[in-house]
Amino acid sequence: MGRGRLASALTLGSMMSMAVTMMAEAVPAAAQGVAPPGATACSGCHGPVAPGAAVAPLHGRPSEEIVAAMQDFRTGQRPATVMDRIAKGFTDEETRAIASWLSQQP
Amino acid sequence: MSQALTRRTILKTAAIGAAAATFSCRTAAQTPPKVVVVGGGFGGATCARELKRRGLAVTLVEASAVYTACPFSNAVLAGLRPIEAQQFKLDAVEKAGVDIVQKMATGVDPQTRRVALEDGSSLDYDRLVLSPGVDIRFDALPGYDEAAAAIMPHAWKAGEQTLLLRRQLEAMDDGGTFVMAAPGNPFRCPPGPYERASLIAHYLKTHKPRSKLLILDAKDSFSKQRLFQAAWQDFYPNMIEWVSLSTGGKVIEVDAKTKTLVTDFGRHTGDVVNVIPPQRAGRIAQVAGAADRSGWCPIDPVTFESRLQPNIHVIGDASIAGGMPKSAFSANAQGKVCAAAIASLLRGEGPTEPKLINTCYSLVAPDYGISVAGVYSPRNGVLTDVEGAGGTSPVNAPPSFRAQEAVYAEAWFQTTTSEVYG
Ligand SMILES: Cc1cc2nc3c(=O)[nH]c(=O)nc-3n(C[C@H](O)[C@H](O)[C@H](O)COP(=O)(O)OP(=O)(O)OC[C@H]3O[C@@H](n4cnc5c(N)ncnc54)[C@H](O)[C@@H]3O)c2cc1C
Repeated sequence: MGRGRLASALTLGSMMSMAVTMMAEAVPAAAQGVAPPGATACSGCHGPVAPGAAVAPLHGRPSEEIVAAMQDFRTGQRPATVMDRIAKGFTDEETRAIASWLSQQP
Repeated sequence: MSQALTRRTILKTAAIGAAAATFSCRTAAQTPPKVVVVGGGFGGATCARELKRRGLAVTLVEASAVYTACPFSNAVLAGLRPIEAQQFKLDAVEKAGVDIVQKMATGVDPQTRRVALEDGSSLDYDRLVLSPGVDIRFDALPGYDEAAAAIMPHAWKAGEQTLLLRRQLEAMDDGGTFVMAAPGNPFRCPPGPYERASLIAHYLKTHKPRSKLLILDAKDSFSKQRLFQAAWQDFYPNMIEWVSLSTGGKVIEVDAKTKTLVTDFGRHTGDVVNVIPPQRAGRIAQVAGAADRSGWCPIDPVTFESRLQPNIHVIGDASIAGGMPKSAFSANAQGKVCAAAIASLLRGEGPTEPKLINTCYSLVAPDYGISVAGVYSPRNGVLTDVEGAGGTSPVNAPPSFRAQEAVYAEAWFQTTTSEVYG
């Protein structure tokens, strides 16, 4: 990297961080806790509690229950159409974080 | 050459940064940052609501008053569903606190961070999200222009085109031929053409059983192929013929007057002809300079920020999202991840590495559903399939399994559309 370019990159960096700091004060923090990776995708199918919902609602469910279900989907102990394929994409740690976040959602 | 380019890019970026810094200093101290979202489809409407939920000021620019959703529009073609079941308004999004501007965005100036609207007015932004969906490429297939689409509909944007193709199918005589041209990759909804062929076959089998279906394909393989083809044998034997690229399926020219599709090997005339042409990111993405030569928009897989234009994020069909297909499920998942990343960036925090999911259902018959799923995370700068996860429904499954997936397909549509528009 040439000196000139390094200089412009540095200036850019410092100007950006200045702008960001100034804007940051005006941005409220997230409402219901920060969603861990993967967590927000669940609501594509798992909607809010509704009578007769074809897909189980997850918001507010006990964390252990969700973790156990995901483990059983992964091992094939619990029959599934698609959740077996999805559960395999998450580690134990990721699953626990998602389950804990879901359990706290209204 | 690449060095010169890099230097120019950096200098340009620095200049934008300088302009941005001035702009932010002028306004940010008092005014909260503004986010503008263009496109109120699955990606944009989701993202706008999620940004608002995170306490940000959001303006959603959407050209039409009513959004007609594509998922399940193949069921409309088959007469299994009214088009009204596909239509949504942005009232609930507005109620949630998002400012709605019902206008066409016509320009983007990344330097001054301003979106121009059709009536000459404009909107300033700190961050811009583009979710404009796809444009049909009327320059890609000789003979297929807008006038030809009125005779041989694409029906790849739901609405009038869907109803036109439906009317043509209804008017077709028993014993007629339906011909479809399927595009090469990438395009909106990879299993969509084959779900369409299935449901049209269901309609024909029920109402016009002597009719035939011909699919001329620019590909040698397609999404959920084994599942589709096995089900076609069971449900629609000798009704659907699929011609692959290597057996001469690629349509290279069309003649609307005679409803003829031309391949390297012959000419195919149909009574009803459905051309699904090549596509590219919606025009506003090109205008903003966010699309590359492929016509699609390269993005950072963590923030969905454009690789070409700082402070502009691209989600949904318009983006190059690595392994993620161009689906409504993907657009919805990306909308949420992008909103979280923008909120973090505006707070001056680094965004967290996301993980995304996609699940796409297709109906082969009204009570026969199949699916493809995937889990994705950024790897080497690209959204990549998590190994060992995802894949299609099993090839051997009892009818009860297929029926269950058909129920889940409908449930997904209801849940997602009520999350986005309800
Ligand atoms: C036949 C068919 C079946 C499908 N089935 C499924 C399915 O079962 N499951 C699934 O997940 N996906 C399915 N899809 C794919 C799905 O429809 C798309 O992936 C999804 O709509 C992408 O969302 P988006 O936000 O990127 O774009 P869109 O939903 O197309 O939304 C874009 C919006 O932006 C607006 N817009 C564009 N440019 C401007 C501008 N300059 N100014 C103002 N507004 C603008 C448009 O009016 C539009 O409302 C299907 C698609 C088709 C064609």
